[in-house]
Amino acid sequence: MQAQTKKDNTLRLLLLSLLVPVANLLVHGLIFLFLRDAGLPPIANALVAIVWGALGIYSIYYSFNWVVEKYPDQWKRRILPYVFVGPAVILLGWLLFLPTMRTLYLSFFGPNSADFVGLANYAAVFTDRLLATALRNNLLWVFLGTGACVTLGLLVAVLADRSSFEKTAKAIIFMPMAISFVAAGVIWKFIYYYQPGDTQIGLLNAIVTAFGGEPQAWTTMLQPWNNLFLIAILIWMQTGFAMVIFSAAIKGIPEDILEAGRIDGAGEIRIFFSIMIPYISGTLLSVTTTIIVFTLKIFDVVMIMTGGQYDTEVVATQFYRQLFMFQNTGYGSTLAIVLLIAVIPVIIINLRQFRKQGGF
Amino acid sequence: MPGKKKRRGSKWIVNSVLGFICLIWLIPTLGLFISSFRPAADILSEGWWHVFPHRTWTTAEQITLPEDTDLRAPIEVNGRTFTDTELRSGIVVDGQRLIWENRRERLLNVQERGWGASLNFTTQNYEAVLGGKEYEIVMPGGGVETQRGTGMTQSFWNTVAVAFPATVIPVFIASFAAYAFAWMRFPGRRIMFVVIIALLVVPLQVALIPVLRDYTNLGLNGTYLGIWLAHAAFGLPLVTYFMYNFISQLPKDLFESAFMDGASNFTMFSRLVLPLSVPALASISIFQFLWVWNDYLVSLIFLGNQPEVQVMSMKIASLVGSRGNDWHLLTAAAFISMLMPLAVFFTLQRFFVRGLMGGAVKG
Repeated sequence: MQAQTKKDNTLRLLLLSLLVPVANLLVHGLIFLFLRDAGLPPIANALVAIVWGALGIYSIYYSFNWVVEKYPDQWKRRILPYVFVGPAVILLGWLLFLPTMRTLYLSFFGPNSADFVGLANYAAVFTDRLLATALRNNLLWVFLGTGACVTLGLLVAVLADRSSFEKTAKAIIFMPMAISFVAAGVIWKFIYYYQPGDTQIGLLNAIVTAFGGEPQAWTTMLQPWNNLFLIAILIWMQTGFAMVIFSAAIKGIPEDILEAGRIDGAGEIRIFFSIMIPYISGTLLSVTTTIIVFTLKIFDVVMIMTGGQYDTEVVATQFYRQLFMFQNTGYGSTLAIVLLIAVIPVIIINLRQFRKQGGF
Repeated sequence: MPGKKKRRGSKWIVNSVLGFICLIWLIPTLGLFISSFRPAADILSEGWWHVFPHRTWTTAEQITLPEDTDLRAPIEVNGRTFTDTELRSGIVVDGQRLIWENRRERLLNVQERGWGASLNFTTQNYEAVLGGKEYEIVMPGGGVETQRGTGMTQSFWNTVAVAFPATVIPVFIASFAAYAFAWMRFPGRRIMFVVIIALLVVPLQVALIPVLRDYTNLGLNGTYLGIWLAHAAFGLPLVTYFMYNFISQLPKDLFESAFMDGASNFTMFSRLVLPLSVPALASISIFQFLWVWNDYLVSLIFLGNQPEVQVMSMKIASLVGSRGNDWHLLTAAAFISMLMPLAVFFTLQRFFVRGLMGGAVKG
């Protein structure tokens, strides 16, 4: 008798565990189709999308948890963690981890990803003139961009700490962080704007002509200097990031260490290099790596400003071009993998740092 | 205290150097902001800094020539003759400049050198960018030209529809995962978490080709769901890591006593952990939101160019491509796209900064 009810229960649970996910999938599928095909006016569309997105994700967790709560205790304890991490693992696995492996695989194949070409794509990346230019420019971005962001960020952080308008200054320097690269591209295109003739509406050319110089087409004519004009945009946008973090780190230096240095007769510059820099070296390293990783992936600025023409191509824009204009999946994948190889040291540093913290 | 005195003495150097840097940082945005409110003709004929007082020609009086004046023949003004070309670009006589105000109506300006500022401001650019219908602009010669607007309103709402769910979904998923990683013990926990840490810095380009293929097969290309999932996955490592750092710091006693009272993991998470994590949730949400709102590459690849789903960054990028010299449209469009991030930035600056630091400074 008891065995019978137990069996019934198991059956019911099995059915439930099947029905709930299926029902969930069905409902969300229907909403998805409705949203895609209904052609609602933009505002209504946005509202439905927001409500669905927010409630949908909650409903998934809620329903799965509800099913698992019905299980016997022992099972519940085993399964529940996977309900909690499941969606994260599935998403990351499907959209980030496996694709990385698949891209690696594709990088050994030709344009149509059918014939195996071995390392030919990699050889091409380092010999093809366009791709080599992209690599060179990326190096330029990484060294000059990161170098300038970190140095300037540190300088501003130290200056702001002693100035009489710290908050305002920090807000101003930090503000470009909130602006999209596309909008920043428009802003800077306007600054670099060049038109033949006497009137210049671009700020840079106006300054140059005011001092009696010849107006220049900064981003399109001056090679390879035009890369520097693009890098300036990155510096404008990312210095604030470095500054905020350095500023917090500098404020974390105990006052008595600085005071001791001053009593020993060290000047402010000496204190900066002998006390502050060593003290915040950890932060310095992590900010630098973050900006390096960010710069390696730089795409939007170049795309908006020059479209990669005039020798300003970087790896990410080449990647896009190979993929969508030349339909060359092999090259595209190889370029992505080159980027990945470039960040492997950063991944290792990250993991080592993480282990040192003793998180796991 | 000689040291203190010295520091006070150098304060003005600090202030002026910092002030100078701030000015440089501010000018680009300021130029865009001012330009976006100027008439199209003004933007193209003089720099935006002309709105500030400067030495320039200011109109002292206007002369209306007889309506039947032949523009091809020498034109007589106050006893002297000029050609049409001269009057078009302005000609200086005895310290006064003669220039057409409205050539068609034979209206002539007599200008003198003096302090002036071109203070013509208009909201026409914004109307043109948002409206999407045809609109008219007055050209310098007095003629009226009809131009096509851009219809930013639609892409604004599209961006809203992309950005909000693409913020809520990963933050929610990541918080659940972070809770499990921090307070539950299960096989595979360690390896999963290490992979997430490794994925923190993996460039998302690496994933684009295969994901694009999957999306094409599943019909997710160009749909909101597709781009939400993509943004969620690309943001997840950072958000999970950030939330883990916060949730794992919560006091252990809290969980133990709640378990004693018979709370399940789910209720504990939604009633206890989420409310306690509000500061962390807020800061990382802002960060993710700004990232999604400002994104260009991911939308370019997964949303494509259809106007029904196109987001603002793409709209502006295509404007730059197709109408690169229409500065009145570009500046207004760029500023519209900056409104939301700037509003978020200025109101929630504190949280934003905290989100950044949690994400960037590991340790």
